[in-house]
Amino acid sequence: MALLQIAEPGQSAAPHQHKLAIGIDLGTTNSLVATVLSGEAKTLADQNNQVMLPSVVHYTQNGIEVGANAFKNAALDAENTLVSVKRFLGKSKADIESEYTQLPYKLSEQNGIFNIETCQGPINPIQASSEILKTLKKRAQDSFGGDDITGAVITVPAHFDDAQRQGTKDAAELAGLNVLRLLNEPTAAAVAYGLDSGQEGIIAVYDLGGGTFDISILRLSQGVFEVLATGGDASLGGDDFDALLVEYFKQKTAQNELDSPSLRLFMSKAKACKEALSEYKKVNVILEFADQSHTVEVTKELFNELAAPFVKKTLRACRRAVKDAGITNEEVLEVVMVGGSTRMPIVRDQVGLFFEKRPLTSIDPDQVVAIGAAIQANILVGNKPDSDMLLLDVLPLSLGLETMGGLVEKIIPRNTTIPVARAQEFTTFKDGQTGMVLSVLQGERELVDDCRALAKFSLKGIPPMAAGAAHILVTFKVDADGLLSVSAMEKSSGVQAEIQVKPSFGLSDDQVSQMLKDSMNFAKEDMQARMLKEQQVEALRVIEAINASLVEAKNLLTESELTTLEVEIDKLIQLRETATTPEQLKTAITELDNASSDFAARRMDDSIKKALTGQSVDQV
Amino acid sequence: MKYFELFSLPINFNIDLALLNQAYLRLQKTVHPDKFAHKSSKEQLLAVQKSAEINDALHVLKHPLKRAEYILAERGVDIRAEQQTLQDPMFLMQQMELREELEDISSASDPEDEIEAFEKKIQMLEKDFHQQLTALIDQTELVQLERAADVVRKLKFIYKLRDELERVEDSLLDD
Repeated sequence: MALLQIAEPGQSAAPHQHKLAIGIDLGTTNSLVATVLSGEAKTLADQNNQVMLPSVVHYTQNGIEVGANAFKNAALDAENTLVSVKRFLGKSKADIESEYTQLPYKLSEQNGIFNIETCQGPINPIQASSEILKTLKKRAQDSFGGDDITGAVITVPAHFDDAQRQGTKDAAELAGLNVLRLLNEPTAAAVAYGLDSGQEGIIAVYDLGGGTFDISILRLSQGVFEVLATGGDASLGGDDFDALLVEYFKQKTAQNELDSPSLRLFMSKAKACKEALSEYKKVNVILEFADQSHTVEVTKELFNELAAPFVKKTLRACRRAVKDAGITNEEVLEVVMVGGSTRMPIVRDQVGLFFEKRPLTSIDPDQVVAIGAAIQANILVGNKPDSDMLLLDVLPLSLGLETMGGLVEKIIPRNTTIPVARAQEFTTFKDGQTGMVLSVLQGERELVDDCRALAKFSLKGIPPMAAGAAHILVTFKVDADGLLSVSAMEKSSGVQAEIQVKPSFGLSDDQVSQMLKDSMNFAKEDMQARMLKEQQVEALRVIEAINASLVEAKNLLTESELTTLEVEIDKLIQLRETATTPEQLKTAITELDNASSDFAARRMDDSIKKALTGQSVDQV
Repeated sequence: MKYFELFSLPINFNIDLALLNQAYLRLQKTVHPDKFAHKSSKEQLLAVQKSAEINDALHVLKHPLKRAEYILAERGVDIRAEQQTLQDPMFLMQQMELREELEDISSASDPEDEIEAFEKKIQMLEKDFHQQLTALIDQTELVQLERAADVVRKLKFIYKLRDELERVEDSLLDD
């Protein structure tokens, strides 16, 4: 047996200090935070020992409440209590008004941003989400004894489009989190089960939450996860099963219309009844409302009969996803269950029958996503340099451009592995046309009106030519988080236009940084000091990264290149101590970054060569 | 033949997909942005670019049609952006017949059997064209390469048919 090592007091045992990384499951109904401590991933609880934080934000005259307390106010102060804001992320006011007709909120729109009017003024869904993230961040910091968090992995549904992903990332930035990666929820769940180690094959992730259903088909080979297909139903979840029971109760108590307190009572009784039926064969529900009292008996058989059509609906989506993935049911190696609604026995049984194997349920289905995110965060932050795991994700929805006649030309089809860059040529429609509006769309349909408009930008200054003579090269780039940037160039003249796609109803970078400033209740000097400290941390990170690279691959540099680089490093080391403004330090960091970019490129090429000659870098 | 080189594979239309995939995974494990999440922003940017390039190369080499077009382009016959139509009445006639057959499938009494039969037919054609292509594409004379390009054009029709068959299959599933 190996002996455990204990470090000298005050000294770190490992050459690289353990960095604090967290995984966050930012859910529609509940949110959670988890971390890896002593090699084990676990969710973090609040002071009341609650792991799940209801995704509810309550704005009051005196401040902001998040979680269980806010949840209590949902009914009392509905218009100031934002519930399930995840549904609103990356959507426009018009989207929301057409999708949800009975919201208790006053909606408004300002400079293209959609807001909910609260007693604290207009609040957009990104700000509200950031309050949830701040609460979880604080919870994590408290459990780490106040230490700073190096980075976070935040999960998103696999089907989230660019606007929704961007909204999630902006919310995290607003909460002061360094986002290491946005991770798809099903991938996180599979990671939590350690399916990345050793096994090879197809994994299905069945996620039935409070209000949404997602099915994802993943392939695992040689430590690599690929999302082969996703599917689901954005408006089917545990709440729908509750609604079935509410209807049944209404029928049994001969009620047509219920006032809202009674409806709430029926809903909570329905939920409790559903949960009880996971353990008991029969439940007696006592309904006391408006001077009436009824007892309704619900058997497991009855519930299963009521629920069957919904379960079937989820299985139809499963069949579709299996087909999209180009596989058969027998090829599915494991089925991972996610979401509280998968506790229902009928769901487990039917899913088991469908995939012909017993689904994995040993990790709490409410916590499994956060746990997987924490494991990935721990790796990304550099705590496990020997990890062989690699998650390859795909684009959830096709990206394209609007062409004449309101048609969509797909540039990158869905399920393309990311990151990816694709270019396509377009041309002018009229003689002498000097400008062009590029409308970026996301979705699977052929018509512009059926797809989601992500952004519009224009390319101006095209030299006048005959229709069809100009060659406009449009390049779409999607990074590892699934976020898009688009550039356009007229080839003969070199006229260019470029945008980071910020959805029309999302926030611009300036708006994010302004909000960030607004949200910090610091005097200007404090703010300056804080930003300087952040740059000092960043400088150290860059210096350490380059030094580590030098140890690995000094041989790729000539004597004089090495000297130049070392001089630059020393310069930054000194400036880190002496700089008085964050800008000063930021410039110096960029300079060192630039000075080392050739070295970085050479190292990358070198490691590519080594990867294919079959020897690992450390053997050289 | 940058893409073949990238994966250390011999330049050949008949490619070993297992080897391609292995090389791909090994490369991604080296350059994927996840491996650089804690490194400098320059390195992160570089990683995104390299990783995207490798994804693109895989995309081209994995798909027989794209692979053939790529090899032809590298050998000087670039047909990737062309609008040219095919001058082969016999082939076009056959295509029209196949299309009509495809349209009738959804109204057939047993569409699933029909789909299977149609799929087999397409597979046969595909196999035949692949053989022709294998014989032509590695030649150096332009005449041969032009003939290879014609086979690629025909293959495009076949793949389009296959896509459409899939759409028919999908619409049957939706019902």
